[in-house]
Amino acid sequence: MTAHDFGPRTLISHTQMTRGRGPLIYWTLLIVVLVLFTLAFIGPLYWMVTGALKSGQEIAQTPPTLFPQDPNPQNYVDAWNNLNLGKLLFNTFYYAIGALLFQLVLDTAAAYALSKLRPMLGNVVLGMMLATLMIPAMVLIVPQYLTAIDVPILHISLLDSPFAIWLPAVANAFNIFLLKRFFDSIPQDLMHAAIVDGAGPLRILWSVVLPISRPILGVVSIFAVTAVWKDFLWPKLVEPSPSTRTISVGIYAFSGGTPMNVVIAAAVIAAIPTVIFFLVFQRNIMAGLTTGGVKE
Amino acid sequence: MTTVTVDRTTTVPRDGTPYRKRRAYRSQNGLMGWAFLIGAVLCFALFSWYPMIRGIIVSFQRTRRGVTTWVGWDNYERIVNDPSFWTAWKNTAYFTVLALILGYAVPFIVAIIFNEFRHARGYLRALVYLPVMLPPASALFLFKYYAYDPSEAGLFNAILKFLHLPTSQWMQSTTMTMPAMVIASTWMNMGGAVLIYLAALQNIPGSLYEAAELDGAGIFKRIRHVTIPQTKLILSLMLMLQIVATMQLFIEPLILANGAGSQDSATSVAYLIYQHGFFQNDLNGAAALGVIMLVVLGVFSAFYARLSVKQD
Repeated sequence: MTAHDFGPRTLISHTQMTRGRGPLIYWTLLIVVLVLFTLAFIGPLYWMVTGALKSGQEIAQTPPTLFPQDPNPQNYVDAWNNLNLGKLLFNTFYYAIGALLFQLVLDTAAAYALSKLRPMLGNVVLGMMLATLMIPAMVLIVPQYLTAIDVPILHISLLDSPFAIWLPAVANAFNIFLLKRFFDSIPQDLMHAAIVDGAGPLRILWSVVLPISRPILGVVSIFAVTAVWKDFLWPKLVEPSPSTRTISVGIYAFSGGTPMNVVIAAAVIAAIPTVIFFLVFQRNIMAGLTTGGVKE
Repeated sequence: MTTVTVDRTTTVPRDGTPYRKRRAYRSQNGLMGWAFLIGAVLCFALFSWYPMIRGIIVSFQRTRRGVTTWVGWDNYERIVNDPSFWTAWKNTAYFTVLALILGYAVPFIVAIIFNEFRHARGYLRALVYLPVMLPPASALFLFKYYAYDPSEAGLFNAILKFLHLPTSQWMQSTTMTMPAMVIASTWMNMGGAVLIYLAALQNIPGSLYEAAELDGAGIFKRIRHVTIPQTKLILSLMLMLQIVATMQLFIEPLILANGAGSQDSATSVAYLIYQHGFFQNDLNGAAALGVIMLVVLGVFSAFYARLSVKQD
């Protein structure tokens, strides 16, 4: 441990950490925490992946085996075939990408309007959007469902249509707020230079605002995709057919009449895309949470 | 997230554009602005604003065989007289309290510890955040089938037995149902809170700790007099957010306890809304319960806001 390893001063001073028994305590605590947290957070995932490789008898064995005695991918094969996971994965992916595109287009446009164009009543609209953050989703679930089964004025049902997921996804006040706050920080001079050059609002959005907003667009995209992938109750209600279900809902629907290990195998398959997504975008996710989340 | 300040100076071009021209630019912007805004506004109107009002309206109506009539407080009476109504509130309150002890305090302590480490920081952050990325249904099936298996083949019971502690029936025991749900829920959700606290901890000026140490404050005193006051805003915001989130407890009882659990020990208010609305074909009653939930949260927030204002 050399001096440059230290960041800014925190709870415990550099001297306390480096003198006397300091290093010993530091390293012991670090190793204990590393082992405990690895066990607590990777352990269950290991258990899940290997458990699904075990046979029905082995899983009921006491004490449980740490390694599968005779690893057999049959449960994964069964899960994939019997639960039609390929189709379910495709559905979920389709909803997630659609929700992402709808949010990128409509929410970015709205945030741009609220931040830079500032139309009449814009602040009222912004206030009403932010007010929805205070309302728990569960309170709105029934009237939202009523809207989805009979859209006002149009009188069409959105049940089993991807729009039942895409359109509500746009009503995301948090993402609009993140985008607007980022757009607010873009210097007005930059905008003005573009106006003087004769660029219209759309041109400015496309050529000036969006290129510098890449970091926040990344964060919003990640939030949009994971929200759809993790959502359960809303897709369960509005995509009820076996052919339109999301993967989480599909696994839940099959869980009653399917052997335990096959359900777990399916759960592993449903989790793999999110884990890969996390590993790929880890940096952006972490940055987004800390800079985009709540700031004092 | 708490307040939105609007910077009016950015509206008007700061240079010497003649007033008339500026105005034309503005009104053209107004129309254009709405053109950009309209898509999102329509979605909000359809799926947030209108449902808000409609939820209140349908809670005073009853629809039977396609005929809708006004029924006054009937739906509310029916909901309150549901034998599970008070149990659901009691369970939800109990879950909220347990989740506050475990789910609120633990991430803060974890963040304080992580913040002292000079190694493996990225790894630890990624580790606690990983479960947040998993689909809740996947994680909960893992808990249901492997961790909370009531026999000794279950993961938790095997660990307890290994440590020579008494094993548990977990979801099959009425007393362990709630703690088991809180453990699963905390595991799934704490990553977000840990990262937010870590960001807040990094904003604390080191000089404050320095000064406290010179005054002879030990580690715990420094936490009490420096760390907590310096992160107070985030702490109180997260408290509010967490209470709103725990009040909506739904997927944990649905998957872990098949909804109600043994002897209604897992029924939550959110689950009751779901059950009335989508099983008992009583959307009006479910809407009424939704309104009750909103009122309870509203009263709670108002009370909380007053309390925190007084404290300052």
